[in-house]
Amino acid sequence: MAQISNMMLLLPEIILLGFACLILVVDTFSTDPDHRITYVLSQLALVITISLVFYLHTGATALAFGDVFISDPMSSALKAMIALYGLVLFLYSFEYLTKQGWVKGEYFVLGLFAILGTMVLVSAYSMITVYLGLELLSLSLYAMVAMNRDSASASEAAMKYFVLGALASGMLLYGISILYGITGTFQLNELNQQILQHSEQTGLLVFAMVFIIVGIAFKLGAVPFHMWVPDVYQGAPTAVTMFVGSIPKIAAFAMAMRLLVNGLEPLMTNWQTILIILAVLSMGIGNITAIAQSNIKRLLAYSTIAHIGFLLLGIIAGSQQGYAASMFYVITYALMSMGAFGVVILLSRKDFESDLLEDLKGLSDRNPWFAFIMLILMFSLAGVPPFVGFWAKWFVLKELVASGFIWVAAAAVFFAIIGAFYYLRIIKLMYFDKADETPALEATAQMQVVLSLNGIALLIIGLSPGLLMALCLSSLL
Amino acid sequence: MIVLSDVLILAAILFCISVAGIFINRKNVIILLMCIELMLLAVNMNFIAFSHFLQDINGQVFVFFILTVAAAESAIGLAILVVLFRNRETINVQDLNSMKG
Repeated sequence: MAQISNMMLLLPEIILLGFACLILVVDTFSTDPDHRITYVLSQLALVITISLVFYLHTGATALAFGDVFISDPMSSALKAMIALYGLVLFLYSFEYLTKQGWVKGEYFVLGLFAILGTMVLVSAYSMITVYLGLELLSLSLYAMVAMNRDSASASEAAMKYFVLGALASGMLLYGISILYGITGTFQLNELNQQILQHSEQTGLLVFAMVFIIVGIAFKLGAVPFHMWVPDVYQGAPTAVTMFVGSIPKIAAFAMAMRLLVNGLEPLMTNWQTILIILAVLSMGIGNITAIAQSNIKRLLAYSTIAHIGFLLLGIIAGSQQGYAASMFYVITYALMSMGAFGVVILLSRKDFESDLLEDLKGLSDRNPWFAFIMLILMFSLAGVPPFVGFWAKWFVLKELVASGFIWVAAAAVFFAIIGAFYYLRIIKLMYFDKADETPALEATAQMQVVLSLNGIALLIIGLSPGLLMALCLSSLL
Repeated sequence: MIVLSDVLILAAILFCISVAGIFINRKNVIILLMCIELMLLAVNMNFIAFSHFLQDINGQVFVFFILTVAAAESAIGLAILVVLFRNRETINVQDLNSMKG
């Protein structure tokens, strides 16, 4: 069972864990007020993790640790993406923390632990590993949200996130306990087979499934389990908001794939119905409420909720192509979300968050290049061709129609058009309004280069979406 | 003789009390933390009952994991509570309303 060769599959996680612990100690003894060593070591840890993921990638499916850990093409692809996004996130965050003058080593240590949690979650093949990965991710995030100790809104946001997050884990656990009672197993593959043998207890199985979906929907932030999203996005420091808005979404997608598709596939018709309700409500409430916002972080929170609705559509389609479309959606969404918060960080100054829509006024006069990058990001989020956001929506809708959910696709298009309004309003503010004051942008060269690359990547992937889509398809077949 | 359904009903009642506590309580954040703890313990009771009646040790192993995580979780919850009290000088749930929209 537990051979050394199988342990090799966990090497990226083991090395990342080792680095996170090492960095925790190094940071304690470091006297550098800028915490530059911590930052450089964290980036190094992520680079090594990416190379190990590539090195160990064989394209085959293998199990480890008594079949609770799986290494398959989907897990390798998502892990490489998560670690790559982690590099970009840390770069943006270091810029933000340096500007605000409270660089803390804990940010990077907790960030690495959160990334480790997502990697465990992505590779989970038993409900025990799902739960442990999820909690490692969530507990790190609660602490990160409360990290700015002098901010009243950050601590309030952390408290709300914590209470609702713990409630959601409790719900998830209750669902898992009922499933265990019926099937007698935690392992997702055995669960799948046991459900087929216990088809006479469908009512009880659906009862447990509802609790599990509540847990997943909370992590994704789908309506009606979205109450925490706007408050956490607004209250947390922008660097943390950016973290919460990108990598955990990939993890939540993987969690939905593992639990619903690998574990509860025999109940597909039941979970499709529930997810349709969640998706339509998310797209509707997310897009309509976003119009009324004046704070850009809160606006992006409601936009996240709407995008989560779209992400669920691919899972609802219930085909390999549908899951691949969802994976494409979540990977590109995380990239767009990081870019949008990157621009907010770029505009921020010491003791000035720059998180109101008004602060974007006249950006094209202040800095035409980054106004253009923000234009790409907003068009992409709105789903305007040729940017990648259009293709993400297109692939999801195509698979949804192919599976016969035509009215859901029609509702999705309707709400996406409503959603375009508030993205276009930001572009109007940047290009057609005059700024009240025009302080110069403060940004280091590396921040400017990476943020530009982030924006241009959306255009390049948008011009040739086939490559990324082929990767997503090959990792799910 | 205690049968499986007795334990499950008790666990379900405890679970409902804890969920109701989270939603009804408007006074004190510490009560919320207690409700969360009660919820996890209700789930543990479910796992142990199933584990005993299925003659399968895995459920009890899961309970140890949940207990460990619950300890870490309440540590973080209390730490956030301290930060919240330092900033707002109140732990009244109704006062946590500075963000709206």
